[in-house]
Parts: sequence; structure tokens; C-alpha cells
Amino acid sequence: MLLNQFLLLAAVLFSVGVYGVIVRRNGVLVLMSIELILNAVNINLIAFSTFWGMGGQVFALFVIAVAAAEVGVGLAIVLLIYRNKRSIDIDALDELKG
Amino acid sequence: MTGLFAAAPSAVSFDTPANIAFAVIAVVMVIAAVRVVTTRNVVHAALWLMIVLGGNGLLYLLLQAEFVAMTQFLVYLGAIVVLFLFGIMLTRAPLGRSDDLDNDQRWMGVAVSLILLVVIGYSLIKTYSDDKLTFGAVRNAGTNAQTQDLATSIFVDYLVPFEVVSVLLLAALIGAIVLARRD
Amino acid sequence: MWFFTHVWIVPAMMALSFLLILFFGKKMPKKGAEIGIFFVALCLIYSLFTLGNWITWSHDSPTLAEGAPEAQQLAAEKGALANVPAECSKVAAHPVASVASEKAEGGSGGSDTSGGHGDEGATAANSTGTGTGEVASGAAATSGSAKAAEAGAEETLTRPVVRCATWIDSPEASITWGTQIDGLSIMMLLVVPLISLLVHIFSTDYVHGDRRYTHYFAFLSLFTASMLFFVLSQSTLQMIVGWELVGVCSFALIGHWWEEKPNSDAALKAFLTNRVGDMGLLIGMIILFFAAGNSFSIMDITILANEGGIRHTVLMAASICLIAAVMSKSGQFILHTWLPDAMAGPTPVSALIHAATMVVAGIFMVARLYPVFFHGLSISGSSINLLAVVGAVTALFGALLAFVQKDIKKVLAYSTVSQLGFMVTSLGVGAWTAAMFHLFTHAFFKACLFLGAGSLSHACHHSFNMVDDMGGLRKIMPKTFWTYLIATGALAGIFPLSGFWSKDEILAGTGSFPGSSHANGTYHLMLIMLLIAAFCTAAYMTRTIWYAFYGEYRGHGHPHESGPRITVPLIILATLGAIAGLANLPAQLSGWLDVPDSVQTRFEHLVEPVGLYFPQLTHAEFNPALAILSVAVGGAGIVLVYLYYWKGAFAGLHGLAGRNRTAAFFKNILVNKYYFDWLYTDVITGWVKGGLARGSNWVNKNVIDGVVNGVGRGAAAGGRWVYDNVDQTVVDGAVNGAGSVSSATGGGLRRITSGHIQQYAALFFAAAAVLAGMFVVLIG
Repeated sequence: MLLNQFLLLAAVLFSVGVYGVIVRRNGVLVLMSIELILNAVNINLIAFSTFWGMGGQVFALFVIAVAAAEVGVGLAIVLLIYRNKRSIDIDALDELKG
Repeated sequence: MTGLFAAAPSAVSFDTPANIAFAVIAVVMVIAAVRVVTTRNVVHAALWLMIVLGGNGLLYLLLQAEFVAMTQFLVYLGAIVVLFLFGIMLTRAPLGRSDDLDNDQRWMGVAVSLILLVVIGYSLIKTYSDDKLTFGAVRNAGTNAQTQDLATSIFVDYLVPFEVVSVLLLAALIGAIVLARRD
Repeated sequence: MWFFTHVWIVPAMMALSFLLILFFGKKMPKKGAEIGIFFVALCLIYSLFTLGNWITWSHDSPTLAEGAPEAQQLAAEKGALANVPAECSKVAAHPVASVASEKAEGGSGGSDTSGGHGDEGATAANSTGTGTGEVASGAAATSGSAKAAEAGAEETLTRPVVRCATWIDSPEASITWGTQIDGLSIMMLLVVPLISLLVHIFSTDYVHGDRRYTHYFAFLSLFTASMLFFVLSQSTLQMIVGWELVGVCSFALIGHWWEEKPNSDAALKAFLTNRVGDMGLLIGMIILFFAAGNSFSIMDITILANEGGIRHTVLMAASICLIAAVMSKSGQFILHTWLPDAMAGPTPVSALIHAATMVVAGIFMVARLYPVFFHGLSISGSSINLLAVVGAVTALFGALLAFVQKDIKKVLAYSTVSQLGFMVTSLGVGAWTAAMFHLFTHAFFKACLFLGAGSLSHACHHSFNMVDDMGGLRKIMPKTFWTYLIATGALAGIFPLSGFWSKDEILAGTGSFPGSSHANGTYHLMLIMLLIAAFCTAAYMTRTIWYAFYGEYRGHGHPHESGPRITVPLIILATLGAIAGLANLPAQLSGWLDVPDSVQTRFEHLVEPVGLYFPQLTHAEFNPALAILSVAVGGAGIVLVYLYYWKGAFAGLHGLAGRNRTAAFFKNILVNKYYFDWLYTDVITGWVKGGLARGSNWVNKNVIDGVVNGVGRGAAAGGRWVYDNVDQTVVDGAVNGAGSVSSATGGGLRRITSGHIQQYAALFFAAAAVLAGMFVVLIG
């Protein structure tokens, strides 16, 4: 097997995830797209770990742990937004506008 | 697009079944990932996401990272997807089809992700096009040397990051409680 | 022996009970209560058998002759650890070798503070002699021989029984969990199921018809299971797990009626305040883990700490961290604020968790790891240390706070805080047995008081406000009244109720009273603070009796005596609270009353460990003058309050706070609980939250706006310059063109800053991709 098989697949997943982050309006769906991105990164880490030893796998595990934390906090935030706005439409969150 | 991945290296050997498996998994994953970001049904998106995450786990198995694969199945498929489903339910997201899940920057999204894909793909092909995966001594089936190495690595080389991650999880736990509680 | 090695059954039974109630409780005829009661009763029977076995077991234990050569002593002490398997404790298997090697390499400070194998008489003379001069050393000399006579010139070694299972076995560190049986765990094994059983029975009436009746009993079971798991711990890791488990159960039970916001707030407050201390616990345990050569085994840690195998500074650091944990879990000053709020839970829960068992987890932890504290804080021969100061301050200030409470449960809560302070002080001054004895007696009478308060509120339409809704209940609820009175007497330390004996041992243990002997140090300050606290205790408890039981009934409706399921536990607890003090009668009461050998200091013999893993403590002798003083102080408190309320004496004091500014000032401080809650929520949290917000606002206003304004002003100035110099010479059309270009750019830029996050994300990704692309092209 070639290393590039995995890396390119990861690149595709990453790009799809980025598309989702940009396009989706539902907060939960945005979080799901972020999961896609994180998983793409994990594929890279694991693929490289066959080259460079265990560090990659260790960090893949860390990424999984951090992703769990991220989803937890992210969903809490989404829930809070829902409670305040009765909707989780990201487009409605434009308080940052200048 | 699939042809790109399925293109097995010219060497014959026992890589062929692995390559076939990879091709199948890759095709399924890409389709599922695209469905995650395009489907008009929120619950379906979560289910498609499950397929992507499961495919990810299979890839880890293919790369002989058994422990990470198991963790992937347990944490992602077991926990995170359930969390997403809870999130969907708690926010009363429309359970059926709905047409307003995307905003109006679809073309911008396509453009940006295509640029990213091209940049990443170009540099990858340029850099790694003739690197073959070597699994070294781990090919010795029937031992758990891989997992043992991983454990040693975590608890010896990366002990401090490990502790930091546990503190991070604790912080996330408290943060999630504080954010989500009703008062 | 069978009962010692299979003691894991006890927590396992309670865990099983939890699961059974959870899954089948709703379908049972009594909604699951009977499952809980059945299993707790089984546990109690088991622990009674264990106690019986422990008595014969320690009777058969080898003795340690006083004058024997050191090698022989060491061999005997080593032999006493025969029931500690090597996989549970590396050090216990070869204590001499490992300690000797550690000592040789370290030459550590442990040896000069421990006096572990030194001549006991010399240690005693040292410790008292430093403080009170020749009187004391003279006394020490005489009482040294008295002590020898009392102990029969030999000490019975404790033979702990440890069993463990290996959870993770790796060359670096093996993690085990199991049970450690010695006097201390036997005592807790008795107290926890006993109080729990009575609370279960009480609850069947008290929370009858509650919306989450089954859930309530399930959590009582889980709590009992986790507390038992905690007190039987074999490794520090297991202790941490048990510690957190009781915390979680406490959270769930405080918030039992979470629909009312104050209750869920109280639960969160308890949980979060405990997290502060838990950081200390984790750090302390990690320090000990490394200090004991990568071992979580309590036996390893205690033996090494005791025999000088761990450096003094390390022990000190660990004990200071662990004190933070004690402060949060056992409600010590300044992390005590959660405990009174935790009274939001159902009253039986308060009795079980916040009086008798859970809050003593901190005390238990100190007692279990006592060598760490004893040597780390140099308790022996000293006159002040952190543990004692924390305890004494808590004892005094908690007692003062109890005066201004209207809510009878809050009075009891602050009383608990104060009594826990007594225990911590006692541990801090080296009176280990006294602390454990007070824990033992306090569990009974404080549980009785809490359940009594529950019975009162049951009668008074679930109000706990004794000032406005109670009064005159003495005639209506005689059983509650008498049990409450007895428990109050015990708490106030009235002879011969149990509180008298345990409190007196603590006071004597400070070693500060003139003529006291055999204490481990001379803690003058502690004695004074504890005496004042004892005075306050007697006084505020008398106050609650006045409000609840005397005068006119001020509530509404017709109160009535509670049913037998409430009064019987009260009577049992009051009886135990009255007689538990007899478990540890001193050797002689001032010479005029000799106590028979067979009943004196039974508690001490059974509970206090002797051996390699526990510091060799001396025991302060019963001091009649001090006993009379402490009873007099308590009596004075009662009499003064009696005169004040019953007889209306000190008329000038009534309503003083309304007239006198100074009095009002002090009362305000007390009513506001020393402003600790204000400090935590408003000052610290508010500062962090508001301060950060204000800070970023300031940066926003002054820095960013300044830059923007500056740019604007610069642009304006530039414009004027352009106008002055260029405009005059350049064609108007060019100017207009420039104007429209800038307007167009502005408009375009305005569209970018739309506030839509995803647009920002898209731009961000696009920019990153372009940058990366440039990077690839340029470098590659």
C-alpha cells in the first residue's frame, strides 16, 4: 500500500468537512463536519505512525479525547444558543457584525 | 476519483487484498462524507457520519493500529454519535426532510474546499508519491506488541500530555455542565 | 479470618442493592425500601461478626516487649504484617530491607521527628519538656512509669489483614485494589451500616409518598456502598475513587428535590466546592505515589512514611495538599461554605451524609495516612501546625456561626462543621485515638440530632425555622424531646454522656493543660480555642432547645408526635449517644475511682494500630482538673443561655444588635457567614468574570477604538493635506474617481464584516489555502 492512498483520502474528507462547516446552517451539522475534519487528521496521524513509530497513534488517541471534549462543550453551546434563540440557525448569530 | 485511490502499487504481493479493501472503504467513506454535508435530513446526516467514522476505524485496522481502532469504535460510534443524536433531539431539529439546512454560500464552500483539496493533493502527490507503507516487525501476527508499545508510549514518553488531556476533559465536563444547565 | 478476607462482600452487597432497587425497586410492594433495608441489615450483621472476630484476633496478637533489643522488636513488627501479601505491598513483605536501604541513601529527616523505635519515655519527656518546663518533665517521669504499668510494659501489635486484586500490572507500577482491615476500618465498618440502617428506617416514614421515593433509596444504597468502599480501601487510587463516589452521591441526594432552584444550586455548590479540594487530593496522592516508589498501596506509603523512607519535605508537601482535600470534604474553614447549604437535601440524608459518615471521609483519610501527616507536619513535640490550626479555627468559628441561625438544621450543620474541627484539631495535635473516638461518638449523637430535627419538621409542616414555626413541642413530642435533649447533652459534653469522654480526650490530647502528661505536643492555642468552642457548643444547642421545645407554639396546624419508624431510630441513637463513651473509659479517674482493666481504653486497644505502619503515639492521660473545667465551661454555656431565654436575664442584651452599633456589626458578620459566600461568588468569581469582561471591553474601547480613531484621524489629516496640496492642482474628476473607488471598497468590505460566522470561516479557510498554496509553490 502507498502512503498517499491514505493521505489523499484524508485530504478529501478534510475538504468535505470544510465544505460542511462553511455551508451548513444547523449548529449540530457544523459540529458533525468538524468531526469529519478531525477524523481526516487522525487518518494522517495513523498512516504516518507506520513510518515514525508510536507517537502518531498516541496523538490520534489524544485527538479522539479532545474531540469528545469538543463535542461535549460544542453541543452545550448549541443547546444554550437554542435556549436563548429558539433556533440553532448559525445565520441568526450575527451579533459580531460591525 | 475512486480510481485515484484504487490504483494499486505495481508490486503484486499480498498488498492486493488490502488494497481492494481500502478501495471499498474509501469509496464508501467519501460517499458517506459527501452525504453528511449534503443530506437534507439531520438524523440521516448523523447516520452517514456513523458510516464515515466506522470506515475510519476499519482504516485503522488496515493500518494495524488495533487499539486506536477499538477506541474509535467505542468513543466515536458508541458515544459521540449518541451525543449528536441527543443534541439533535434536544434542539428540536426538524427530524424529517427540511430544505433550509444550507445557507446561501454553497458556491463559496465548493470553491474553498476545492482550492484546499487541490493545494493539499498537489503537495502530497509531489512529496510522498513513492513512499510505501512499512509495518516492520508488527507483521508478526498473534502478538499484542503493537498495543503494548502504544501503552508504553503513552505512559512513558507522553505522560504529561496524557495528564493534560485528562485535565482538559475535566474542564470540558465542568464547562459543559455550567453551560448547559438551566437556571 | 474469613470475615476479614471476604470483607469486600460488604460494599458489593450495597452496590448490588443499588442495582436491584434501580431496576426492580418500583415493582416491589414497598417501592424498593425493603431491598435497601435488607441489605444494610445484612451488612450490619456482617460487620458485627467482623468486630467479634477482630476482638479475638487482636487478643491473640503478639506483644512487643518494651525493653527487648531492637532486632527482636523489628522481627516481631515484621511478623505482625504476615497477613499483608507481597502483591498488595512490596514494602510490607520486606520492610526492614527496604527501609534500611532508603534510610542509608536518604539519611532523611524522618528519623529525627519520628522517634518510631526510640524509647517511648524519652519521647514523651522530650515533647512535654519543651513546652512546660520542669513541672511537666517531672510529671512525665512519673507518668512514664504509670504508662508502663498501664500497658503492662508491652504493647500488643496490630495484625492488619490486607487482600487485594491486581488491576493493572506493569513493571513501572502495579495498580491494585482490595481491602485493608485493621481497627480503623472495623470501626467505620460498624458505624456506616449502623447509621445507614437507622436512616433507612427513618426515611421510610419521612419521605413517604415522595415523588422519587425509589430513586432516593437507590442512592442511599449507593452512598453506603461507596462509603464502605472508601473506608476499606487498600490503595490510594481506590480511596480517590471512593472519595469521588461519595461526592457524587452527595450531589444527587442534596439535589433530591432539584425542581426548586435553591436545592439544585446547593448540590452544585457542594460538588464544585469539593472539586477545589479534590485537586489537592489528586496532587497529594500523586506525590505520595512517587515518594513511595511508584506504589499506590496504603501500606507501602504508611510504612515508608513512618520509618523515614520518605523525605520530610516531600511528606510536608503531600500533607499540605491533602489538607486542602480535608478542608473541602470535611467542611473545614475556608471551604466549609457548602456544608450548611447542603442542608437542602432531605433530613435523613443530612443525618447520614453531612453528619455521620460522608464528611468524616476527610478525617478518615488523615487517620488512614496518619504517618504522612504526623511526620510531615512534625506533630510530635511541636506546639502549632497547619492541621491543628485549621481544625481549631473551624471549631471556633463554626460554633460562633451556629448562634445566629434560625433554621434548626443550619444550627446543626454549623455544629457539625465545628465538631469536625474538633476532630481535625485532635489529629493535628497527635491525639489520633481521641479523634477517632470523637468521630465514633459524634456519629451517634449528631445523627440523633439531625433525625430529631427531621422529626420536628415532620410535625411542623416541613418547616425547619425554629424561631418562627416551632416552640412548645416538649409536651407534644416527648420522645423527640428527650432523645434530642440527651443528644444535646452529649454534644455539649455533659458527664457522663459520650461526648464528654471523647471531647475530654481531645482537650487532654492538646497537652497544654497544666499537669497533663503523655500528650504528643503542647498546643496551648488549640486548647484555648477548643474550650471557647465547647462553651459556644453548649450555648447554641441550649438555644435550639429553647426555640424548639419551650415557650408557645408559633407555627400553624396541630403538631403531633411522629410514628414509631421515626422515634425508634431516635431512641436507639440517643441510647448509643449516651453510652458510647464507655467504650473508651480512661485508665483511672483521678485515683478515686479505678476502672477495671477489662473495660478501660477498649476502643484504643481495638482501633489504634501499633506496628510498622503507624507512628508510635503516646496517649494523654485523663486529667480530672481539665475534665471538671470542660464540664464547667459547657455548663456555663448552658446556664447562661438558660438564664437568658428561660428567665429573661441580661435584659440589656435582648435586642442589643438593634441598639448597639458594635453589636450590630458583629452580628452582621455572623449573619453573613463571615462574608465567605460573598467573597467567593461576588468578589472572586465576579472579579474573574466581570474583570475579564471589563478588561476586554477596556482594550476594545481604548486600544482598538484608539487605533481605529487614530487611523480615521490620520486619514482625515491625510485627506486635508491632499485637499490642500493635490486637490488644488489635480482635476476634480480624478478626485471624484478616487472617492467613488474608496466608497466601493468600503461597501465591499462592509459586506464582508456581516457577522455571519460561516462567511468568516470560508474566508479564513480560503486565505489559509491560498497562503499554503503560495508556500508550496514558492518552496517546492
